[in-house]
Amino acid sequence: MKHYTATYWAFFKTSLLEQFQYRAAMAIWMIGRILEPIIYLTVWTTVAHARGGSVGSYSPADFAAYYIVLMLVNQFTFSWIMHIYDFRIRQGELSNFLLKPIHPIHADIAENIAYKVMTAVIIFPTAILLFFLFDPNLAFHIQTFALFLLALGIAFIMRFFIEWTLALVAFWTTRNEAINQMYFTLGLFLSGRIAPIDLLPGAIQTLADALPFRWAVAFPVELMLGRLSQEQILNGFTMQAVWLLAGFLLIQLTWRLGIKKYSAVGS
Amino acid sequence: MYYLKLIWTFFRIGILNEMAYRVNFYVQLLQSLLSLGTAIAGLAIVFSHTDTLGGWQAVDILALLGVFMFVGGVIGMVISPSMSQLMDDVRRGIFDYTLTKPCDAQFLASISQIRVWRLTDILLGAGVLIAALIYRGLDIGPREALAFAFVLCTGGSIIYSFWLMLATLTFWFLRIENILHIFQSMYEAGRWPIGIYPHWLRYILTFLVPVAFAITVPAEALSGRLTPESMITSGLLCAFLIAFSRWFWKRGLKNYSGASA
Repeated sequence: MKHYTATYWAFFKTSLLEQFQYRAAMAIWMIGRILEPIIYLTVWTTVAHARGGSVGSYSPADFAAYYIVLMLVNQFTFSWIMHIYDFRIRQGELSNFLLKPIHPIHADIAENIAYKVMTAVIIFPTAILLFFLFDPNLAFHIQTFALFLLALGIAFIMRFFIEWTLALVAFWTTRNEAINQMYFTLGLFLSGRIAPIDLLPGAIQTLADALPFRWAVAFPVELMLGRLSQEQILNGFTMQAVWLLAGFLLIQLTWRLGIKKYSAVGS
Repeated sequence: MYYLKLIWTFFRIGILNEMAYRVNFYVQLLQSLLSLGTAIAGLAIVFSHTDTLGGWQAVDILALLGVFMFVGGVIGMVISPSMSQLMDDVRRGIFDYTLTKPCDAQFLASISQIRVWRLTDILLGAGVLIAALIYRGLDIGPREALAFAFVLCTGGSIIYSFWLMLATLTFWFLRIENILHIFQSMYEAGRWPIGIYPHWLRYILTFLVPVAFAITVPAEALSGRLTPESMITSGLLCAFLIAFSRWFWKRGLKNYSGASA
């Protein structure tokens, strides 16, 4: 355990220094992730006004709370690993990672955390600004917040496991763009980014229940907003546990099979 | 005429280049269809809860989506790759080769890269637009069609000038290829009518990153919402930005000193 802490700390520090070089680029790449929730917040607020005040159980202030928290949850749980892994495999860069006496996922997790720590400087002020601009209906209860943090933590690891598995598909395909876009599209609908899950048609809601997207993003958001009953909270954590385990097993399997296929090219 | 021939030549080179990677065509087609499907499904979800959005009917927003994809396709096919190439060339010092050619450097740099397969977006966008118009019973007269063509051209030129100015910055600051990403992120906001956004965002999307003129204004022309004011503004801004970006480009060129060994 101590060994892991030291390794993670070392990875974390180097990633932090490395990424600090690209701080301007980093801020620019965040525009899209900040703008998207604002776009859908505006769309749904407009719909709510047109219908005389609310859509389903959401008032404009509820939408504001929903999308501000969603922005934060998405920011803290997302990864970009599946967009770079095919490059890593194609260019033989993966060999460097294989030489280290530790599973390569750890370096990636530490790098992701370093990125999140650094971008917190942008995302928190943005959230506060949006708070004043959109006047959300968000109450703070310490218990809910504690549960939210737990759900967020699990969501981060679970999403990382699943997206890392997706990245490993590059061992077989060498080009992942199309698959990544399909994953992204599913996520757009099923994790509650286009609309809160309650507002989706019934069949899509059923699909959302079965797949991991909802449990990685929408569940922590709804939890924080205090929209879930005790039963729903319990169910949410169960689904998170299931997908965490499934993600873990999937990584083990794909990594073992994939690494056998891998042969580096180049000098 | 000479310029048209050059464009055709670059287009042909683009086709020849892409012919070597035919799988890319299917990948691009799949991606275009996916994003069209996503957009339509998103529209369907929103309009399952309402009849109008900020005064726009579903079919008007569908027409807007067509314009969004069409303009996005043009940007993705020529403007974005050519401008990235320009920034890369300046950084590596091989922009010399463009300057020494007996043709206007701005023109050459603007069409140097053509991603032919992005035609799928352009065609799909045009298809969606036409489908929306047919669904509405082709209720536009020649006046609307002309106004549409006018504001689409001025809007497109505004976008082009904007990209050119961003890319021209590379003559002063070498490593800023990420700046182009600002536009791509903001462009996403254009798939909904600009009028629904809060004031501050509308202002940004109109004057700082002029997405409004390229998408919302042409779509307004098709649904009879176009005011003479926005038509005139679009025309004037277009004329101003073309002249200003040209001036800015010349200033930038003076700053270029090559970077080769």
